[in-house]
Amino acid sequence: MVTAVTSFGRSGLSDWLVQRVSGVILLAWFLCVGASLLGGVDYASWKAMFEHTAMKIFTLLAILSLAAHAWIGMWSVGTDYLTQRLMGPVGNVLRLAFQIACSLVVFVYVIWGIQILWG
Amino acid sequence: MLQVSIYRYNPETDSEPYMQEVQVDTGGKDLMVLDVMEMIKAQDATFSYRRSCREGVCGSDGVNMNGVNGLACITPLSERVSDNKLVLRPLPGLPVIRDLVVDMSLFYAQYEKIEPYLQNDTPAPAIERLQSPEDRARLDGLYECILCACCSTSCPSFWWNPDRFIGPAGLLQAYRFLADSRDTATDARLSKLDDPFSVFRCHGIQNCVNVCPKGLNPTRAIGHIRNMLLARAT
Ligand code: SF4
Ligand code: SF4
Ligand code: FES
Repeated sequence: MVTAVTSFGRSGLSDWLVQRVSGVILLAWFLCVGASLLGGVDYASWKAMFEHTAMKIFTLLAILSLAAHAWIGMWSVGTDYLTQRLMGPVGNVLRLAFQIACSLVVFVYVIWGIQILWG
Repeated sequence: MLQVSIYRYNPETDSEPYMQEVQVDTGGKDLMVLDVMEMIKAQDATFSYRRSCREGVCGSDGVNMNGVNGLACITPLSERVSDNKLVLRPLPGLPVIRDLVVDMSLFYAQYEKIEPYLQNDTPAPAIERLQSPEDRARLDGLYECILCACCSTSCPSFWWNPDRFIGPAGLLQAYRFLADSRDTATDARLSKLDDPFSVFRCHGIQNCVNVCPKGLNPTRAIGHIRNMLLARAT
């Protein structure tokens, strides 16, 4: 067993499952929004679409999925390339800084998204 | 004349590795790559590599030939050489000891981690533990691995995390014991694999499947392990 305290769910299986499920939710959201864009939208119909509570909840779900998906993906990238093995001790500093930066960006996006939806 | 480039490095005399160009007269025959290496060694005895059985059984002569890993002894020139040029390098991702000889410690450490031996806590029978032909058949495609490391050293996930990702060879063997009807440690074995690195660093790139000289499929075995973990935890 390899320990990893900064991964999303601390378990490889749970990260893997969250990555798959969030991917499907994101795909569904983009297909849904893409389909309504294809039908042609103007400001009024776009606004009306996002006034629906169902759409707001679906979009919040998509934002949270994006947050989890991005975190798991970026965590994998960081632990592949920003490591002591590849860069020496500076790799550990860079990796932690990268992880903190990623979590801040993800946090900002979630708050910003909620503000747009309900603000 | 076959044009051969070989990776040379002797840490005692060379400050860094270099490529050496050699001409080999194959007499127009479709030799195995190992035959060509033997011919080069006959001229320059300092050229180092591992080999033993010369028939694809021992797994000691895994090398990178024209960019693809394989066993030199069972790879005919016609399979790898197109424009009369052969480039020989050590297996990628492992420290080089000398020329084509790599340090396999990391590879073996991962193999050791999966506890590659039968574990059974029930009293031993008088003669032997029997298996039905069907249960025995489940080990086909798993037990044949000769630990040549061609797969793990072609896997990018193993290059980046050889100390934390078990790698295709180790995982194929992990599944060989998970699938064995005589082994009773299945749950304990699975518990040791459920972290973000040991199994889940596999991204399904399938380099391992493409190079296995025994035609084995580590990616499929990894999928089975993931399904066993999923079935146990959901
Ligand atoms: S399928 Fe998995 S184990 Fe095989 S080469 Fe790809 S990442 Fe490595
Ligand atoms: S799975 Fe194939 S390539 Fe990998 S170590 Fe075993 S025999 Fe070699
Ligand atoms: S020398 Fe034994 S496998 Fe090639």
